[in-house]
Amino acid sequence: MIASQSTGVWLLLGAVGVGTYLIRYSFIGILGRAEVSERVQRLLRYVPPAALAALVVPGLLFRGDNPGLTIHNYRLLAGLLAATVAWKTRSILATIATGMSALWLLQWLF
Amino acid sequence: MGQRIQSLRAGALDVAPILLGVVPFGLIYGVAATEAGLGSLSAFLMSSIVFAGAAQLVIVDLLAQNAAWPVILVTALVINLRMAMYGASLAPHFAHWSPWWKRVGAYLVTDQAFAVSIIRYEKPMAELPKRWYYFGAAVALWLVWQCSTMTGIALGATIPASWELDFAVPLTFMALLVPSIKDRNSMLAALGAGVAAALTSTMIFKLGIITSALIGVLVGYFAEGSER
Repeated sequence: MIASQSTGVWLLLGAVGVGTYLIRYSFIGILGRAEVSERVQRLLRYVPPAALAALVVPGLLFRGDNPGLTIHNYRLLAGLLAATVAWKTRSILATIATGMSALWLLQWLF
Repeated sequence: MGQRIQSLRAGALDVAPILLGVVPFGLIYGVAATEAGLGSLSAFLMSSIVFAGAAQLVIVDLLAQNAAWPVILVTALVINLRMAMYGASLAPHFAHWSPWWKRVGAYLVTDQAFAVSIIRYEKPMAELPKRWYYFGAAVALWLVWQCSTMTGIALGATIPASWELDFAVPLTFMALLVPSIKDRNSMLAALGAGVAAALTSTMIFKLGIITSALIGVLVGYFAEGSER
């Protein structure tokens, strides 16, 4: 596993840490009360749904030996069920529990 | 003094129900980090260096898939870009703090601390309680995050791979994605990014995630523009 190349990992973590801090600090510290342009605010508003969807989809379709967009993809089926629960309950815990149980059940059944 | 403690407590109490959702998230991060082969020390310290759950999970996920480090860096930062937006909303409330309070306050910005504080700030509140309320919520979250990720790291080595617990990672993202879809345009942003992610998953260096996220943002932005 590349993760054992530890100097590189520390550099990566340091870089993400500094970058993340600057993102957090940007408007609070540097710009103070300066107005954030409306265009920037509108763009930023779509970062969470877009970035999270970009992470979810490959995780359901293409990880490991997953067969992609078919009925035999148990991760996809379990994920869709979990999405329904997420939508109904808004609970992280219930979403994860449903998805994992559904995956285990499907694998046990078939 | 009494007022400070009171505000500190109020912040911590208001964030407490949300912390229940943070614990499994932290456990999953810890387990996933161990399974990805990240050392316990770097996995643990990431929780204070980066201190952002979704980004930490992305880093671990991409390390496990041997993604290139510049791509991991940029992807993690894009995931964290939303915190600039939180900072922009919190900035007017933090405007009278001394530089050091601002520096520490900025480090502690999270989805959860932002959410409870900005709701509380809608009602009139004096300067001092405002600050202590924020720190009550933010520090409570920081402590719970450290404890739950540490527990996950300790548990990680004992969980067999046949449990497929790596699937909990996309499930966690799903649990965060659904509430972020608030209207038609954010739905379109998510759909655009999702379709793009399915099409670009074989892109080299795992650039697909970041490409798809940017496509999704533009879809949402232009969908909103087309309404006017």
